[in-house]
Amino acid sequence: MELLQLMIGGLANGCIYGLVALGFVMIYKASEGVNFAQGDMMMLGAFIALGFGNTDQMGLPFGVAVLLAMVLMFGIGWGVERVVVRQIFGQPQFALVILTIALGFVFRFVAGSIWGYTPLVLETPFAGQNLRSGGIVISLADLVTIGVTLVLTLALWAFFAFTRIGLAAQAASQNQMAAYIVGVPVMRVNSLIWGLSGAVATVAGVLYATRGAIDPNIGLLGIKAFAAAVIGGLGSLPGALLGGLIIGVVEPVAGRYAPGELAKMSPYIIMLIVLVTRPGGLFSQIQMKKV
Amino acid sequence: MSLLQVEDLAIHFGGVKAVDGVSFSVEQGEVFAIIGPNGAGKSTIFNLISRVYPPTRGTIRFDGRDITGLKAHDIAGLGIARTFQNIELFDHSTVLDNLLMGRHTHRGTNFVQDILFLPKVRQEEREHRRRVEQVIELLELEAYRKKMIAGLPYGVRKVVEIGRALAIGPKLILLDEPASGLSVEETRDVAFWIEDMRRDMGLTVLMVEHDMSLVNQVSDRVLAMANGQPLALGSPAEVQAHPDVQAAYLGTGAAA
Repeated sequence: MELLQLMIGGLANGCIYGLVALGFVMIYKASEGVNFAQGDMMMLGAFIALGFGNTDQMGLPFGVAVLLAMVLMFGIGWGVERVVVRQIFGQPQFALVILTIALGFVFRFVAGSIWGYTPLVLETPFAGQNLRSGGIVISLADLVTIGVTLVLTLALWAFFAFTRIGLAAQAASQNQMAAYIVGVPVMRVNSLIWGLSGAVATVAGVLYATRGAIDPNIGLLGIKAFAAAVIGGLGSLPGALLGGLIIGVVEPVAGRYAPGELAKMSPYIIMLIVLVTRPGGLFSQIQMKKV
Repeated sequence: MSLLQVEDLAIHFGGVKAVDGVSFSVEQGEVFAIIGPNGAGKSTIFNLISRVYPPTRGTIRFDGRDITGLKAHDIAGLGIARTFQNIELFDHSTVLDNLLMGRHTHRGTNFVQDILFLPKVRQEEREHRRRVEQVIELLELEAYRKKMIAGLPYGVRKVVEIGRALAIGPKLILLDEPASGLSVEETRDVAFWIEDMRRDMGLTVLMVEHDMSLVNQVSDRVLAMANGQPLALGSPAEVQAHPDVQAAYLGTGAAA
C-alpha cells in the first residue's frame, strides 16, 4: 500500500519531467540540438501564470491566466528562435548548447528581478483537495497533472503524426534541404516549434506549481527531464513521456527503500544503463546503418 | 515562350566565380542536359534555380514569371522539382512517407481538419496516395514501399529521390547526375524513365550528367560549361564535336 502511494505521487512527478522532456524532444526535432533552457522556460511559464492569476498580482481567473501564460510563452519561444537561435543556424550543435545555457541564466534573472527569489505559491482551484480510496490518498493536483499530461502528449503526437505542419516539422528535422525542396518553409516551422515548446513548458510549469512553491531556480529540474528525454530516445515524444514516468516513479521508491543518496542519483543511473544497453534510447528512431 | 529562361546568371563566392554569365532557355517538353568537367558550375546552376543560393547577377524566369527573388520553399509550389547529386531524402522515414512528403504543397487542409481527419482530409489523402502509387508503379518501387530509407542500397535511394520529385507533380524536373553511381542496367532504366517523363507526363527535364551515353540517348539539346562559363550549346553531337568542349575535357583536340 505504501509502495502504491509512492508510485502515484511518482507518476505525477514523472508527468512533469515528461512534459519538460517533450519540450526537449520537440526542439531536438526542429533545431537538431538540445535546448538547455527548457527547464527555465518551464519556470518562466509558471511565474507568468502566477503573475496573471494570483490575487495579489493581476488576479485573473486561473484558466484565463494559464491560457494567457501559454500564449505569452509561445511568443517568447517563437521570438527566441527568430531573434537568437536563427543567428547560429548552420553552426555546430554545441553552439546551441552554450546559447541555451546562457538563455537559461537570462530567464532566471528576469524571473528573479520581477518576482524575487523567495518561493511563491501559485493559487490553483484544486490546491489541498484530496481523494481517498482504500487507504490511498490521491491529491487532486496529482490527478490533474496525470490527466493533462496524457491529453497533451496525445495531442502533440497527433500534431506531429497527422497535420500538414507537424509533418513538415518532422521532415525539416530529418533533412532541411529535402524539406525545402518539397516546399516546407523550414525557418518558419522552426519558429513555430520553439513557440509550441514554450507553451508546453508553461503547462509543465503550472502543473509543477500546483504541487508546491516556485522560485527562479526550479528550472534545474530540466536536467532530470533531459535524462528522461535521453532515456526515451531524444527523437520520440512517447519515449520522452515514458522516460519521465520511469524517473518519476523510481525516485521516490529509491528514496524509501534504497540506501543513502541513491534516490538523487537514480535518474542518471537509469540514463547510463539505457545509454549502455540501448544507445539510441528506449524508443530509438535511428537504425544501425548497413555497411 | 520558353518554360525556363536563364539570363546572364552569375554567382561569386568571394573571388571564385562559380557561375559567370550563363544564359540559356529550356523549351516546354524538352530534355536539356548540362555537361562539363567537375567544378564547371553545373550543380551551382541547379542550386540557383532551386533558390538555395541567391545569384550575384542575372535573372531566372519560369513559366513567364521572375523567380529570382523567391525562397527555396516557394519553388515546389510553382512546379519545379529536383534531385540532388548526393541524395537528400528523409532517411528515418519509409519510401512511401518520402514520396507522400512530395505532396506537401498540394495539401490544402488545415490543422484542425487534419487532427479530426475530416472527409475532406480523407478525400485528399486518397488522391495523394493514388498519385504516389502511380509513381511507385512507374519506378518499380513496390518492394520497398514500407522500407526505411537508411537501410536501402544506393541505387534504390537514387530512384526514390526521382520518385519524390515526380510526386511533387512538377512541370520542370531538375535531375542532378541521375546516373552517377548506377550500374549499366540501372542507367538504362533512368533513360527509360526520362523518356516516360517527357512523352507520357509532358514534363520538361533539365539534367546535369557526366554519362555521355545517357546524355546522347535522351537529350534534345546540350549546354557544355567549363569554369562557370558556357562553352557550347546545341545538339549532343554538335556540342561534343565543338573544339572548345573537347579542349575543356581533354586539353587537346582529340575526339571525345
